Parts: sequence; C-alpha cells; structure tokens
Amino acid sequence: MVPVWLILIPLLTGLVSFGLQNAKVVKAWALFSTIISTTLIIAGIYFLPPSNLQFNAVWLTMLSSNFSFKIDGMSKMLCLLTAISFLIIFIAINKNEYKNSKSFYALMLLMQAGFMGVFTTTDALLFYFFWELALIPAYFLCSMWGGEKRIQVTFKFFVYTFTGSLIMLCGIIYLYFQTPNQTFSLESFYNLHLSHQQQSILFWLFFIAFAIKMPMFPFHTWQPDTYEQSSTGVTMALSGVMAKMGIFAVIRWVIPIFPEAVNHFNNIIIILSTIGIVYASLIAIKQDDLKRMIAYSSIAHIGLMCAAIFSQNNMAMQGVLIQMFNHGIVVIGLWVVADAVEQQLGTRKLSELGGLAQKAPALAIFIVVLAFANVALPLASSFIGEFLMLNGLFQHNILIAAIAGTTIILSAVYTLNMVQKIFYGNTVALTEKAVDISSNIKTALIILVTIIIVLGIYPQPMLNLVK
Amino acid sequence: MNAIIFSALIGVVMMLGGIVIKNNASIQSLAIILLFILLGSHLAEYYNLFNIHIETHGMLAKNRFGMFFNTIIISLTLLYVLLSGDEIAKAGTYGAEYFALLFFSLCGATILSSYNNLLMLFLGVEIMTIPLFVLTASEKKNLKSNEAGLKYFLMGSFSTGILLMGIALYYGGTGLFAIEAGIGKNANEIQQTLRILLPLGLLFIFISLAFKVSAAPFHFWTPDVYDGAPSVFTSFMATIVKTAGFIAFIRLFELRSVDMSYSWKILLPLIIILTLLAGNITAVFQQSVKRMLAYSSIAHAGFMLFALYNPNDFGKQGILLYTVAYSLATIGTFAVLTKMKDYTYEGYNGLAKSKPVLAATNTIFLLSLAGIPLTAGFFAKYYMLASALKESTRNLWLVIVAVLFAAVSVYYYFRVIQAMYFKEGNAETTEIKPFFKVLLIIIAALIIVIGLMPSLLLDLFYA
Repeated sequence: MVPVWLILIPLLTGLVSFGLQNAKVVKAWALFSTIISTTLIIAGIYFLPPSNLQFNAVWLTMLSSNFSFKIDGMSKMLCLLTAISFLIIFIAINKNEYKNSKSFYALMLLMQAGFMGVFTTTDALLFYFFWELALIPAYFLCSMWGGEKRIQVTFKFFVYTFTGSLIMLCGIIYLYFQTPNQTFSLESFYNLHLSHQQQSILFWLFFIAFAIKMPMFPFHTWQPDTYEQSSTGVTMALSGVMAKMGIFAVIRWVIPIFPEAVNHFNNIIIILSTIGIVYASLIAIKQDDLKRMIAYSSIAHIGLMCAAIFSQNNMAMQGVLIQMFNHGIVVIGLWVVADAVEQQLGTRKLSELGGLAQKAPALAIFIVVLAFANVALPLASSFIGEFLMLNGLFQHNILIAAIAGTTIILSAVYTLNMVQKIFYGNTVALTEKAVDISSNIKTALIILVTIIIVLGIYPQPMLNLVK
Repeated sequence: MNAIIFSALIGVVMMLGGIVIKNNASIQSLAIILLFILLGSHLAEYYNLFNIHIETHGMLAKNRFGMFFNTIIISLTLLYVLLSGDEIAKAGTYGAEYFALLFFSLCGATILSSYNNLLMLFLGVEIMTIPLFVLTASEKKNLKSNEAGLKYFLMGSFSTGILLMGIALYYGGTGLFAIEAGIGKNANEIQQTLRILLPLGLLFIFISLAFKVSAAPFHFWTPDVYDGAPSVFTSFMATIVKTAGFIAFIRLFELRSVDMSYSWKILLPLIIILTLLAGNITAVFQQSVKRMLAYSSIAHAGFMLFALYNPNDFGKQGILLYTVAYSLATIGTFAVLTKMKDYTYEGYNGLAKSKPVLAATNTIFLLSLAGIPLTAGFFAKYYMLASALKESTRNLWLVIVAVLFAAVSVYYYFRVIQAMYFKEGNAETTEIKPFFKVLLIIIAALIIVIGLMPSLLLDLFYA
C-alpha cells in the first residue's frame, strides 16, 4: 500500500488546500503533508516488510490496464528524492508571499502526486496518466506565478512536452497491441520480441518524449526560459525532480524494451549529449543571470547522465542512479540560494552583486559547499556519481569521455565565478544593507548540506538502495 | 421506436403549447418535463418495459448500438435544455417554437440511429436539418444570423441533392434501398455495366454525409453558420446533430465499405488528415472564441472519422465515448460562452477572478476538448487512435499525424485558459443563476468521472 499512499497523500491534501483560506494554514498544511510523505517513504524503505511496496488493483478491465505499482531500488531512491525535495522546498519558501497561495500549494502538492505516480507505476497507461498529471499543475504553476514573460515561456514548455508525451502515447498504444494478451503491464512489455525495424521506430517515439523532459540537447530550448521565468519554488521542483523523470523513464521504459535500437542509436545519443554538455557549460559561463546560469548548468549535468545511460556500462549506470538523487539535492540547494538572494536584494544579476559574504556569512558557507558539490569535488556527494559515470563513458569511448570530462573543469569555472562575484570582493551599494538568511532557509540549507556531506563521505547507503 | 414517436409527438405538443403559454419560464418547464417524458419512454423501451411497435417492413431496425446512442443524445439534450433553456427562449420572439424545432431535430437524429433503408436515411437527415435552418436564422434582426441561415439552407439543400443522387445510383446498382439485405447476392446478378453504380452511389452518399458532419473539404459552411447562429443553437448543432451524422455514417459504411475497399482505404485517411488540418490550423488564427470553437468542431470531426475508417470494437465504443465526451465539453463551454458579453479571447480576460466557478469548469471543458488525461476527452481520443492501430500497425503514421494535430489544438484551447486565469481584465457576463453553476459543476464532474472510469459508460453499452 505504500505507493498508493505516496500518491494519495499529496493528491488529497492538495485538493483540500484549494478550500483553505488562510495563507498560514495552507503553508502548515502543505508542510504537514510532505512530512507524512517523507516519513512514509523512509518507513517503507527501511522498516516495513517489502510486500508493502507493491500494489495491484483492477482499473480498466476492458483495456486490461491495472492500478499496479511497485517500488524497486530506483523507485525507492526517486520517491525519497521527491518527498525530501518537496519538504525542503516548502521549508525554504515558507516566508515567501504568493498571491492566492492556497492554489499555489495545492498545485504543488498535485504535481508531487504526479511525480510519485510516475516513479512507482508499472502500467504503461497509468504511467502516461501520471506523466501528464505532473505536467498540468506545472503549467498552471509556471503561468500564474513568476516573471514578466512567464505566460509565453510556459506555453512553449507545455506545448513542447505535451507533444512529446502524445508521441509517446502512440508508442504505448502500439506496444499494447503487440503484447500477446493485450495489456499495458511493464512486464509484458519487457517480454516482447520486436523486430529491428519496429524497435527503431518505437525507440524514437518514446525517447523524444523523455529527451524533451530531461531536457537533452537539442530539445532543451524551453528549459532556461522556463526555469528563469517561473517562481523559484516551482523551478526547484522542475529541475530537482521533474528533470529526473526523463532519465528515470529512459532507464525503465526504453533501455529494457528496445535493446537492439539502443545498441543501434547509442552513439548518436551519446554524441548529442556530449555536445549538450560542452555547449551548455560554455553558455553557463557567459550568463549574468543567476537563475539562467543554474539552468544551463543543469542541462550540462543532465547531459552527462544521459550519455552515461547509453554507454551501457554497469558502472556508469550505477553512477547515473545515485547522481539522479545527488543532482536533485544540489540543484535545489542552488535554487534556494538564488531565491534567498533574489528575495532579499531584488536582483539576480551577477554583475550587480558583490561582497555578500561579509553581510551574510552563513549563506556564504552554504553556497561554498553547494558549489563544491556542483563541481563534483571529492567528499561532496556528486563526486562518486560523476566519477562512476565518466569511468563508464571512458570504457565506452575514450574521446567522448575526454570531451564530456571537460564538464568538471567548465562547471568549476562558472560555479566558482558565480560564488566569487556574488559573495566575495567589495560590497556594492545593493549588498551594503543585506542581512543574513532567515531561519527557514537556514534549516533547508542545513538539511541539504548535511545530505551532501554525509553521502559524499559515505555513499554506501545510496549505492545499496539502488542495487 | 418510442424515441422517434415521442420526440415527434412532444414537438407538436410543444408547438401547440406555445399558443396557450406565453410565459418563457413556463415554456421552459414544459420543455424540460416533456424531455423527461421522452427519456423515460425511451428507457422503457431500452429495458423492454413498454414499446410502441409499428410495422416498418424492415425500414427501421432496432439495434443496441443505436438505442444506446439515443439514450446518450436524449440525455445530452436534456442537459443542454436545463443549462441553456432561458437562452433558447430568449433567442427570438417565439420561445416555444424553438423548443419544438429542437424536438423535431432530435426526432431526425433518432431515425438516423436506427435506419435500415436509404429512404429512412434521407428522411432522417432532412428531419434533423430542416429545423436547424430555422433555428440558425432565428435571430431575425441580426443580419449575420440571417446570412448564416440562408447559407446553411443553400448548402444543406445542395448536399441533400447529392444524397438523393447517391441513393438513386445505389438503387440503380443494387435494385434495393435496404442497406443490409442482399449484400453478396446482388453483386453477381447485376449487369457488368451497372456494377460501377454502387460504389459511385456510395461515394455520393459519403460526400453528402461529409457535408453534414463538416469533414474537409466539405466544411466551408461550418464556420460561418456556427458563428452566425445564436450561440445556444450552435451548441446543439455542434454536438447532437453532428454526432448523429456520424452514427448515420457508421451504420451505412460499416456494412458497405467493402464495396469500396481499396479506394476507400486511400480516400478516408486523406479526408481525415485534410479535416484535421483545416480544423486545427485555421482555429489557431481565430480571434473569436465562438469561431475558434466552430473550427475546433471540424477538427473533432477529423478524430471521429477514425471510427469510420476502423469500424472495429474500439472504433464503435470509441464513437460513443467520443459523442459523450465531446458533447459534454462542448455544451458546457458553449453555455459559458453564451453568458459572455464579448466573444473574443480578450472578453475572457480575468474571468477567474470575477466568476471562479465558470472559469474552473470551463477549464475542465477545454482540457477535455484538448484530450488531456483525467478527462473524458482523453479516452475518447485514445479509443480513436487505438482503433486505427488495432486495424493495422501500418496506421502508425496516421496516428502520429493525428496526435501532432491534437498538440496543435492545445494552442487554441489553452489561449482561453490563459485569458481566464493569467491575464488581467474584468470579463463581463450576463446574470448567472446558482442553478446554472451547479449544472456546470455536474457536467465537469461527469467529465472527470468518465475520464477516470470510461468503463462506467461503456459497461452500460454491454449491459
């Protein structure tokens, strides 16, 4: 029953939020909901008997689609990531004021329900449902709260991803008619024997949807605009969790179903991903807007994960699995810092900031840890993931690994440049009156930094989880 | 047979009632009571409780599919009258007559779901559409409404002519008006020279019906007529009348498409793509929501044609589901439209602030039209796509083209949502009664329930 509750708790609490009036009550309610979700998934992983991690019930008998859920290693980790992410997001944005906040929190919780569903279901039609359920609240969240150009930008994001998922739907229906007794279950998809030609077509139908969601170069154009224009709380959820949906879906719904096509096309995808890594890193260096910089940095990191998946190497795959979690944690931390800076100083331009460390020493300590994690220095959690991925890529192709490896150098350039410009040097007029971060942001960052350091020093629990 | 007889009878009652009753509110109540009687009598037949039997010599055939479809359209009409009754009565000077015409039109639709003979097809089409010509032009003082009425009448008679021509050729080819009898038998008996007449006749009938359901390239009348007609009647035309046209289509071609075999398999995908193209692309460029909905109804016709192209069980269940999903959403969104003072997108600006219930329910209707999961519209589209892939996996390309157009449709539906929620403005509406809001919420709830459990609806069909 655990997966069902993981979906129902945010879904129901989200629907209730629409009816709550007082902004304070809504915030407390949302926080309460995520605390329960987090407790539940931790209990599910470590304390409850494993039989609780599965659930099956009849849904559409005519289409033989079932409410079937299963939490395996990868799902455990991603559900944990989702629950912790939303907990941290709600803590971090607790002091922010949103107009019509009941809808904001309600939609956030609905989106969380969508994520949980995507990560746990083993039925293709249901997977498609949750895939969209996560998208619709995101559309409203990004369009209602955020920057000036948010409506157009979000629309582009929506049309892009919606087109992708519709194409995937064609693929799902096609596979449905290929299964011997016409079902949507993941297992029967795994047992299919598809011809080479079928695989090549279907592979792209699925992969494009996921590549848009990640996003992988050249399908990334919606991402920087959307991340920049959305309200930062939403961006955290999008880049921390939604981007992982793409990676997760490739691992679960593409690699095992179309092995021949993966063998056939892996080089194209690795090359595209590698181009994306270098390209996004170079653009990130040039950015003056803090949020855009983090957005491009995120493309680069996701690109590395995508390349590593298609190197079809066990070690790289291990790296991808734990890096999904670690990247989520690190990137949310960066957004929290970006939000803290913007909320207080009203700007995100690196060129307008400076010397913030003198005024906000606590924030400076946190950002340095986060920066090291973003660069993947040893002892930060991302190190082990990136190391495994690059190692795997190296075994696949030395040249590609060498080019992809520049991501570490380039990310050091833009990350440290950002830290230096905002936090060090002389204070400018704007940062003169700055004060240190409030307690809620401090709490959020303490949790994040603890996870980063603990997993950096002792990553074994994470590796065990995904085995 | 109950539905046909009762709908004609209550049409007459309604018309005569108009002489006695002058008060709009009472006319409305009368219409609603009569509709309940109609629904009751039809359900009585459905469950074999009470049936007026008339010998038609096989010209009308009672069939499950048609009966179920009748239940759907009568219920939808009931919902429609409950929702927009006062708008119907207010559309012109003769409140009662409009209801009477609606009943007559409904009578035609019920004939179309059970005809077994081309003469009945002709009668059904005519009985269904002639009242619509009047309804379209009912706003007498409005030049646009008059123009639309005339246009509809001219185009309608033109297509009727083609239909008659087709029936004549069919008769020439088979010696029969019946559609079921003697499928194989006649093919050999007929002289070689006459054999061409059957497919030709079917082609003519096809063209004429394509007119009625506004499939491209015979759709040109639709936007003008839908735009010019009073909005309440557009809603009726776009839903009940259009889907009845499809049922007529399916009844005929399910049996007879074999006669056209190869050319049929080439012709229909072409028409589907043209219809999707014409509907979706033109809808993108509209400035008025009403006109956009007219084009979107063409686009939906493109999806419904899938059921004709692939008349397997997915297609047949799908068209029922599509009828319900599409009609519920269209009736709902048109009901909101009739309350708006300004029909452009700007007219919807800020509706979420001033009328949150209207905006929220309208969002659900539009999401359903766009085919987003968790709404009935998703499964409607799903069944259509599945029907094509079930028929042959070679249809994958057609399915992909169709979903790409579905993605285009998101653009114009979401523009309304954007206007309602994200743009500043004060959308002006006419007075809205609490009952109207309750009905909108019920329709929205129905859409979501069917979106979660389409089997609830389809199980009824099998029951």
